[in-house]
Amino acid sequence: MASLALVATVLPAIPIDQCAAQTYAREDRTFVVSSAGPYTRIADALAAAPAHATITVRPGRYREPTVIVRRPVTISGMPGAELDGEGARELLVVAADSVTVRGLTFRNTGRSQVEDRAALRVTNALHCTIERNTFIDTFFGIYLAKVEGCRIHANRLTGPAGSQMLTGNGIHLWSSRDVTITDNVIRRHRDGIYFEFVRHGAAIGNESAGMHRYGLHFMFSDSCRYERNRFVENTSGVAVMYTNHVVMRGNDFSRNRGPAAYGLLLKEISDSELHDNRFRDNSIGLHLEGANRNQIAGNRFEGNGWGVRMMADAQDNLVEGNVFARNTFDVATNSRSSTSTFRGNWWDRYRGYDLDRNGRGDVPFAPVRLFATVATDAPATVLLLRSVLVDLLDLAERVVPMITPEGLVDAAPLMRTPQLRLVAATERP
Amino acid sequence: MIAPIALPHVATSPAPDHAMPTPGSVPPARLVVLHTARLVGRDLVRNRWLLSSALGFALVTELLIRLGGDGLRIVASLVNVVLAATPLVSAVFTVVYWHVAQDFVALLLAQPLRRSAVFAGVALGLVVPLAAAFVAGVGLPLVVHRSIDRDTARAAFTLLGCGVALTATFSGLALAIAVRSADRVRALGAVLALWGLLAIAYDGVVLFITTRFSDYALERPLLALAALNPIDLARVLLLLEVDRPMLLGYTGAVLERFFGGATGSILAGSVLLLWIVVPMWIAARGFARRDL
Repeated sequence: MASLALVATVLPAIPIDQCAAQTYAREDRTFVVSSAGPYTRIADALAAAPAHATITVRPGRYREPTVIVRRPVTISGMPGAELDGEGARELLVVAADSVTVRGLTFRNTGRSQVEDRAALRVTNALHCTIERNTFIDTFFGIYLAKVEGCRIHANRLTGPAGSQMLTGNGIHLWSSRDVTITDNVIRRHRDGIYFEFVRHGAAIGNESAGMHRYGLHFMFSDSCRYERNRFVENTSGVAVMYTNHVVMRGNDFSRNRGPAAYGLLLKEISDSELHDNRFRDNSIGLHLEGANRNQIAGNRFEGNGWGVRMMADAQDNLVEGNVFARNTFDVATNSRSSTSTFRGNWWDRYRGYDLDRNGRGDVPFAPVRLFATVATDAPATVLLLRSVLVDLLDLAERVVPMITPEGLVDAAPLMRTPQLRLVAATERP
Repeated sequence: MIAPIALPHVATSPAPDHAMPTPGSVPPARLVVLHTARLVGRDLVRNRWLLSSALGFALVTELLIRLGGDGLRIVASLVNVVLAATPLVSAVFTVVYWHVAQDFVALLLAQPLRRSAVFAGVALGLVVPLAAAFVAGVGLPLVVHRSIDRDTARAAFTLLGCGVALTATFSGLALAIAVRSADRVRALGAVLALWGLLAIAYDGVVLFITTRFSDYALERPLLALAALNPIDLARVLLLLEVDRPMLLGYTGAVLERFFGGATGSILAGSVLLLWIVVPMWIAARGFARRDL
């Protein structure tokens, strides 16, 4: 106990949150890296440190060969502690369980056409924590492969300036379980957050903006959750594929514009929930392809070119209690029949009445305009949008439906805009 | 001295004499144009049909504002109104007014005035109040309710500009028809047919071509087709303002690249201008040769 008291007085520079670890730590369990010593390289400190030691990195720019962590340790950077890859290599590889990396700045990995070069790579590890780090000009930011129970929190990742060919993903997960990714800010990478073969992952409160490809990209990742994230101004929006039992709640998909930009593209996504999201000013708000038995409820589709585009192979979806406002086309499809159910949505184009005052319109609303169907087949016809002729044809089709799907009607559209529980993440500077 | 006998709505002694020449001398053409335009314009601002068209535009705009929606949404809804209504209103009004003003024009021509100057005066006197009625009808409610902010100002100005251009174009087309026909009903029929052709049938042909040949890269031919029809050209210019997210497909990219650049804007502007100048010129020629 005497030595413990000594630690507390001799090393006042150690942050409070490490003091818990100090209760059983001996004096030599904290290793300080700084340009003045005792260790001038992180690798030297790691070589000396036993399991469960803490390595404190003082401010300074460290240039050293790729650092490999083989024991459970905590690496804690003080503000201004930077690892510089000099454009030539990966920076930190974690190959041990229970490693924490905190407060470091990773910089300048350079690019590679042959390997997935990452600033911070974790492989075959349990229970890692990666928090409050900064990644600048890195090819891949954080790369997790075959990990379990990891936590990625409040990191800032900014990719290099340049084209899609020259960037990797911000946070990349492959074949992992039980990983939570919270409150990270990602800019200028290829994909912001990438999941492949992940189970029980959660991405919450992240912001992924200005990606060269997708803000969020996941495949074969069942039972994952995505909540309160913002996906804004990404070249192709968000595209997710081949996954079941996904929960997507309270996300904001905005201003993803371009010929192949989707607020959200669901391809072969089934038995999933899509609740309380906001789709705003996208070329295509929500696109469903081979996506079955999904619940799409309480979302707001506003100012999109296409609100919801539901292909013929998207079946038995339930679209309920959503708001459709200011979209050029609310709903489009390439099929004459529909097995999906539209019920109790609010449509700004609805002009029905409600005689029994139950809040639901008495006249069904057919959200698919003839011209939406025509434009799905022949995209060049958008040039005729707002033509008097097209409006007349739409009107004629309304009276005698011949091309638009007869079954695709909202039998009980809402008369008033519902109060939606949109809880999109707060804006960050 | 111009007597107001031919004009039902002109009050007695509308014009002060100072602008008119002493008998025997030929006044400069510019003066004749301005004076005639002023007479016609003064008559028109008291015309109840013109007033009701302005009120109609104001009513529609007011309604759209009251139904809710932000500036861009109002402009977007107005696009359909402008594309369909302004050509129709200006064309029909021009034909009707031309025939009402026959005696007045005949009287003017009894003076030692050049025909081209008289015609230019009448045309100017028609187009300016018509355009003003449209701009005031649509613009005033927008200004009063402050529906237009910095972001939507461009769209609103494009809307007003296109409306004015279409007004002038269809006024010219209507004059070209009216000066050649003594029968008011036939002229009216011809004008309505022309409107139907340009506003509706033309797009039918375009739609047919687009769907029939959808396997081909049609963007450029379609662009050319749109530029040949003033209503379509105005529509495409407005689409670029109000349906931007929609137009970000390949077609939109072609449009954007074309009309976004200097060449495209100049070309669009010149085509709209041609559509005003050429019909007016045809009308003026018809008027010059006509045996009154």
